[in-house]
Formats: sequence, structure tokens, C-alpha cells
Amino acid sequence: MAQTDADITIIGGGIVGLSVALGLLLAGRRVHVLDGADSDARASQGNFGLVWGQGKGWNFAPYASWTADALAAWPEFARKLSDLSGIDVALDQSGGYEFFTDMDEMDEFADMLAQQQRHLGTRFSHELLTGDELRSQMPGIGRDVVGASFSQRDGHVNPLRVLRALRRAVAAAGGRVSMGAQVDRIAPAHGGGFDLALKDGRSMGAERVVLCAGLGAASLAADLGFITQIRPQRGELLITEKLADRLPFLSSTIRQVDEGGVQIGGTKADAGMDDSETLDVMAGLARHAVTVFPALANVRVVRAWGALRVMSPDGYPVYARSSRHPGACLVTCHSGVTLASLHASVLADWIDETAAAPDLEAFDENRFALSSVA
Amino acid sequence: MSDFDLITIGAGPAGMSAARVAAEGGLRVLLLDEQARPGGQIYRNAGQTRDARAWLGAEYAAGARLVDALEHPGITARFGATVWRLDAGPRVVWSEGGASHSARAPHILLAGGAQERPVPFPGWTQPGVMTAGAAQILMKTAGMLPRDAVLAGSGPLLYLVAAQMIDAGAPPKALVETQTPRMMLRALPHLPKALFAARTLLKGLGLMARIRKAGVRRYTAATDLAADTETDGTIRFSFRSGGAQHSLTCALVLTHQGVIPSTHISRAAGIAHTWNAAQVAFKPVHDIWGATDRPGLYVAGDGAGIGGADAATAAGQLAALDILRSAGRISADARNQRAALPRATLFRARAIRPFLDAAYAPSAETLSPPDETIICRCEEITAGAVRQSVKEGAQGHRQIKTSLRVGMGACQGLMCDATVRGVLCDGKSACMGRIAPPRARTPIKPITLGELAALTNDCKETA
Amino acid sequence: MKIASRFQASPESGAVQFQYDGETLTAPAGIPLAAALLAHSGGFSRQTAGGHDRTAFCMMGVCFDCLVEVDGIPNTQACMTPVRGGMVVRRQIGLRRLKGGSDV
Repeated sequence: MAQTDADITIIGGGIVGLSVALGLLLAGRRVHVLDGADSDARASQGNFGLVWGQGKGWNFAPYASWTADALAAWPEFARKLSDLSGIDVALDQSGGYEFFTDMDEMDEFADMLAQQQRHLGTRFSHELLTGDELRSQMPGIGRDVVGASFSQRDGHVNPLRVLRALRRAVAAAGGRVSMGAQVDRIAPAHGGGFDLALKDGRSMGAERVVLCAGLGAASLAADLGFITQIRPQRGELLITEKLADRLPFLSSTIRQVDEGGVQIGGTKADAGMDDSETLDVMAGLARHAVTVFPALANVRVVRAWGALRVMSPDGYPVYARSSRHPGACLVTCHSGVTLASLHASVLADWIDETAAAPDLEAFDENRFALSSVA
Repeated sequence: MSDFDLITIGAGPAGMSAARVAAEGGLRVLLLDEQARPGGQIYRNAGQTRDARAWLGAEYAAGARLVDALEHPGITARFGATVWRLDAGPRVVWSEGGASHSARAPHILLAGGAQERPVPFPGWTQPGVMTAGAAQILMKTAGMLPRDAVLAGSGPLLYLVAAQMIDAGAPPKALVETQTPRMMLRALPHLPKALFAARTLLKGLGLMARIRKAGVRRYTAATDLAADTETDGTIRFSFRSGGAQHSLTCALVLTHQGVIPSTHISRAAGIAHTWNAAQVAFKPVHDIWGATDRPGLYVAGDGAGIGGADAATAAGQLAALDILRSAGRISADARNQRAALPRATLFRARAIRPFLDAAYAPSAETLSPPDETIICRCEEITAGAVRQSVKEGAQGHRQIKTSLRVGMGACQGLMCDATVRGVLCDGKSACMGRIAPPRARTPIKPITLGELAALTNDCKETA
Repeated sequence: MKIASRFQASPESGAVQFQYDGETLTAPAGIPLAAALLAHSGGFSRQTAGGHDRTAFCMMGVCFDCLVEVDGIPNTQACMTPVRGGMVVRRQIGLRRLKGGSDV
């Protein structure tokens, strides 16, 4: 029998793992979080910080609904984080734009939003604006912008502060976080529970495990009999020097961090585990920014970087219980910031299988098995 | 097809000597430097100053010869050219006059030199506290002399600046040295080897004699450095030495704790780096010719490991010789033959380093300053905040950076990386060597979105 | 208050004039702007977002503490900018603004 003082061991100390840990702690569980090395991929330290709904789940109603719930749960979650950690995560849900320079692309997105609207009814709202409408509302928008969609529910946070706040909140709620604990292998223990082998040679026991290791979960998921294939998708980002004044908008590709710097991102590339920043993409991001808001042209970029998104085969979250190894769960998604509010609350009920558990059947990994049979 | 055979980044002693040797060997050389003129920091403005400021010394005047040697039809020199990216290929991207340009060459020599080690102590961010190197640059470029200044810290440059100030008729008010008798004891075993650099050693002794003769007050093994600004703008500089607390009122405190390789560009280029325990700094890994693990990329000069101007000049020549061989201009035998002289120079110049590194090691509080000290000047973050983050579990640069914004400002960590590492390790060198250096990314210096946006998809090559 | 320069400037030839927060300063053309500002005053040439005084520190483009506004362009490194006749230089108070200038 595996020896441990925790009820549940969370593998992964990024935003997803710590959110799940916090939810379980607040539900009264004893939790141990194993975090990896400073050099691990760590999507939580390279992301864009959106708390975003527009377009999400237009083609998959359960995801549209889950995301809408997450947006609604964020104010309460931010308050809880602040109470526990003393850190204000700068949540701003005053609405966000998706800008277009190509009319066909905008029309296509408008259709997606209409479908999302049908899934969500009153839980979603959006409007479509022409370029001229935008420019009259918001002086400074570039001439080549043909239009935008806007949803008043969209917003953003300071994702680095979310990460630190979560780490502090988990500690404040009595959780234990072990840093530098890279899990190499997981095996079911005789008599129940799991044996974890760490890369540094240590081993430890776990009664139940929740795998939240992002890209690090790829091989561990297979150890636990999960079939989900997790792959990296590179996004590149730019951050500028800080500005004293505020940009008049938030968009899915251009956002001003509360500290003042402007972050530009949204690119997608399959580059394996290579998180380099590339010249052509950097230039493309800069062109996008000055096209949308030409006054940004004289603002300096201080850093560019690449970060790796954690993608499931269909891009939607996976919440799965191992059928082969009871007591093991897999939680993986790419929108770890947006969904943190649910991961830190109702997901605990699902992990604990209480009566209050949300129905997450649609996010089980059996959808990948079905598609491979089909 | 590339326009150049060699692109040299940095026009200090290493870059200048490499450019000359390569051009003489028939290569087309592009020499890029961020400054308005060649010389690097050591020979800053040497081509302009000539004999005008004799008090800067004969060695400084020697820089003019290297500057003159750039007059060669094979050398295209661009100044005010800030390199902000290196790509595999290899390709160099730089900013010049508000626009970015790029050029390719099969060989690139990184000769970006060194920077002064950050010297954080409470109050070091205030006007009136500068580096000794900054004061020297002001002397070289503008003939400005520090007024009523205290020199504080450790290292040969401190004595050189003091002697230059004395010779110029503006002696320092005091010399507050942080090195301890223990450091000198540790240095003594290296003294016999240092005799190979007898000329440098004698020069050092000469500097000390001039400082003594000028009657400059010296304090040794100083600790607890702190600066405060009085209402009239003067600096009250306090420290402990000889078991007593001291406080000096002055116009200027000039600090120094040695120099460290500028590795931002070499790290961003993906070159492997290694910890140099004696110099308490990372340096790029390279062979005796300066070749690195990245195809076509060479390093030379202080950016490859601190050795001083003579070593840099020799290393630049060695790199150029190997590049000539690699370009098929000379045989390996010819390279080896011609390398004999620069290798001897390099050996002599480096012979004194172990002694200097041990005798003038950075002080413990420089590596790990007290809690109230601002260590990230851009984001105004203290050493205490870093210690708190370590207590919360941070184990490396990235976790500290992302939780505090340390190193996220315009300098991208140039002024705080060394201190973050020191604080993380409580000043212990062995531990510092195990902390991987932070990830360096482009742009190596900030560029505007407009300039970046103007780059066409294939980054038109303009040089 | 006006704080006297912490340096003695030697008389140099080729002086030009430029504006610094409305004052007319004289300096040799081509020297680093940060040198000219240090020769003029021992006080701050910018204030941080946190309201603290700063001026040139490293003189070699590393530390970014000599940032001033030059001819309307904020966050310009004064140590890397040669003095030119007629340039208009301003201290920077707090963060830069989007369209140039700084906090106040």
C-alpha cells in the first residue's frame, strides 16, 4: 500500500494543477502538489492571460457552456484568491474585441458566434461592428480594420500574478507543494494507490492522483492507461515597454497588462517542443498590432518569446477518470486561465464524485476512442 | 549567396583585430557596433582622443592603432548599429537609424565585450552613485572628471580610475575597498604564474604607488555599504571598515566589482555556456580559436571570458585565423604557424587572471545584498522580495522572474541576473554554477513595433 | 532644487546648444547626451514609475537608467545618443505615454 499523508496527489504545479489543488483543499481534502523543474515547458509562465469566451465551443456545446460558467465564476474566484493570497490578480471583465482585416474571415467568425449564441442563449452576448463604427467609437483604430466582434463578457487577468496567487492560496489553505519534483513514472501499487518515481531517483506513494502536468503529462497519461494524446502548439508573443496610459480596448491578440506593457500574440505553429521566437512571426505580430492601432508603431518591444500550448487532439479539455486504475484522473486543457475558476471549485466535486459533481461526460477521453473506431 | 564572409559584432579590441586579420586574408568583413565610434569600452573614443588626454595613459592611446587598422578596403564598418538578433544561417539583424537591416555570412564573430558586474547596495540607484567604468567613459568621451568622488569596491579598474583621476588633477576623496586579506591569501598561490604577466603586474604596482603618493585615504575590507542623498544633493556614503562605522560626504560614489562577460547575445544565439567559478560568471563554451558549438559562430574578447584588452586583441586574431582556414584562405598549418604569436600574447595576458580573480573577488554582499537593496533597477524589486519568492518555492531564474517581474524591464536582466543568482544561492559560487542562466530572447535591445513591422516576410537583406 | 554637477567639465571645442526642459544648454557636439546632462546637473534626469530619482548610471547602454525624451521620442537612452545642436530634451517623469511624453 502506498504511503502518503495526502488524500490526493496532484502532478503538476502550473495554473491547472494549483487550481485543482485549491478546489480540493477548499473541499476539505489533504493535497500534495508535485511541481517540476524551473526549465520545464510551463505554459503557465508564457501565456496571454485571457478570460475569454468568444468563439469557444461554437461547434461543441458542452465546451461553450463550460466556458460560460467559467467566465461567470471568475469574479468570485478572484475574490477568493485575493483573500487567501493577498494578491490582486487584476481581473478585468469589461469586454473584449476580435479585430478583422479580412471581411471573409469576419463573416466566418460571425457565423461561429451565431452558433455559439444558439448554444448559450442569454448566457452569451455579442455584437458585430463595422470598421467605421469601430473608428467612431474608438479613435485610433487603423484604417485597414474592416470590423470586429465584441463580447461584453470577455476579459483578462494578470496570469503571472494568478500563478503566484494560486501558489500562495494553496499554501494558505493547508496544501503542500513540492518544487523540483519531476515525476518520471507512475505505477499502480499493490493493495491500492500509486507509486511515483521521480526523475531525481526518489519515489513516493499516492493514494489518488490527478494528472495536471500539461505537456509533461504526455507519457504519464499512458502510464495510467489514458489514451489522450497531448501535443504542443507554439504561440509566439511580444511584450512592449510600459505605457502610462491605457489602450482603449482589449482584444484576443492585443492586450495591455495592468502594469502597462502591451502584449501581442495569438499565433499558432506546430514546432514540437521548440519554443523559440522566430523573426517572421515577430514581424507579423508587430504588423498586426500597428494595423489595428497605428499609434503603437513607436512603442518598443522589449521581449519576444514562444510558449507551448497544451493541446488535446480536438483542442477541448479532457476530464477523465482512469477505468483501468481507479483513483487516477487526467485534467488537461489549453485554456487553463479561463477555466481556473471552475477547476478551483466545482471540479473538486467531480474528482470526489460527490452528488454535486458537474456532468463532464462530454469531456471524457472516450471521445477519442470513438473517433478512432469511426 | 552572402554579401560578407565574416560579420563581427562589436568593435572593441577583439572585433577590431579580427576584422583586420580577416580582411588582410582576403575576406569581406562587416563590422557592426552599437557605439558611434570604434574602440569598445576599453578604447572608447581612442580614435578621437589621440594625445589630447594624456592622463588616460599610454595603454589607452594604443587603442588608436587598432582603430586606424580598420581602414582597409575589405572592412565595411557600421556604427550606431545595434544587433538585436542572430539566426541560424547565420544571419544578423540589426537596428540602425530607426530601421532594421540584416545580412548573412558563413562566419559570425561575437565580440560584444563585458559589462561591469552590478554592485547593488542600499541607495545605489540614486543620482550620485555610478559605476567606476561609467566615470571612465565620461573621461574618455567628454573629458569630464569626477568631482569630490569616493571610489568603492574592488578590482584593478578601481586603481586605474583612481590613478587617472590623480594624473588629471582630480584625485578621489577616498578609496573604499571591499577585498579582504583572506582573498589576497587565496590569490598568493597564483602569483608565480602571474609573473608571466610581469608588465601588467608592475603596472598595477605602479598604480598603487601613485595612489599612495597622492595621499588618497584608503579603507579596506569594507562591508555594509550604503548611500543616502542629503537635501543639497550630496551623498552620505556609509560603510564598516576596521571594526568601525564610517560615513563620508561626497558628490559622487563610483562603484566597481569587476567585469563579467556580456552573454545576452551569445545565450540568445543558443551557444552553450559554462560557469566560470574563478570569475563568478557564466561564459560561452569555445575552443582555443573561439569556435562555439553553433556552426559558424565564434566568440572572442571579454565576452568569451574576462581577459582584458591584450587578451582580447590576441583572441580576435586567433578567431580570424581559424575563420580564414575555415573559409579556405589558409591551411591549418599556416593558421597554426601564424597563431604562435597571438597565442603567446594570450598566454601572458591570461597568466595574471587567476591571481586577479582571487585577489579581487566580488564581495559577499555584492553577490547577495541585504533585503532592502533594490536589485532590479527597472522594476524596482528588492533582494528581500527575491528571498520571499525563494521561500515560496522558486528554484530558478524563471520562477523568480515570473513571480516578481525581476528582469522583465528594458534591460532584460542585464542589471539583475547576476544578483538574482547570488541571492538564490546565498552568495555561494558552487550553487550559482548550478543555476542555469536565464533564457535570453530577442530583441537583444528594444526596437519599436513600427521597425519590426517594416521587416518584410523574408527580411530583406540590405547590407 | 538645483543640484550642482558632480563632474568638472573640461572646456572643449565645437560646442552646440540644445534644450533641456526649457533651459538652453551648451555642450560639445557628439558627446553622449547623458554626459552633457551630467555636466549640467547632479540631479535626476528621470523618475521611475515608483517616483524615484534616477540618472545615467552605466554610460554604456546596459542599465536604461538614463532614459529621457529626445525630440518627442520617449525612453531614449541618453548615453547612446550623441549631442546635436537644436535637439529638444525632456526629463521623463514616470512611464512614457503612448503618443510620446511622460506621466505628467
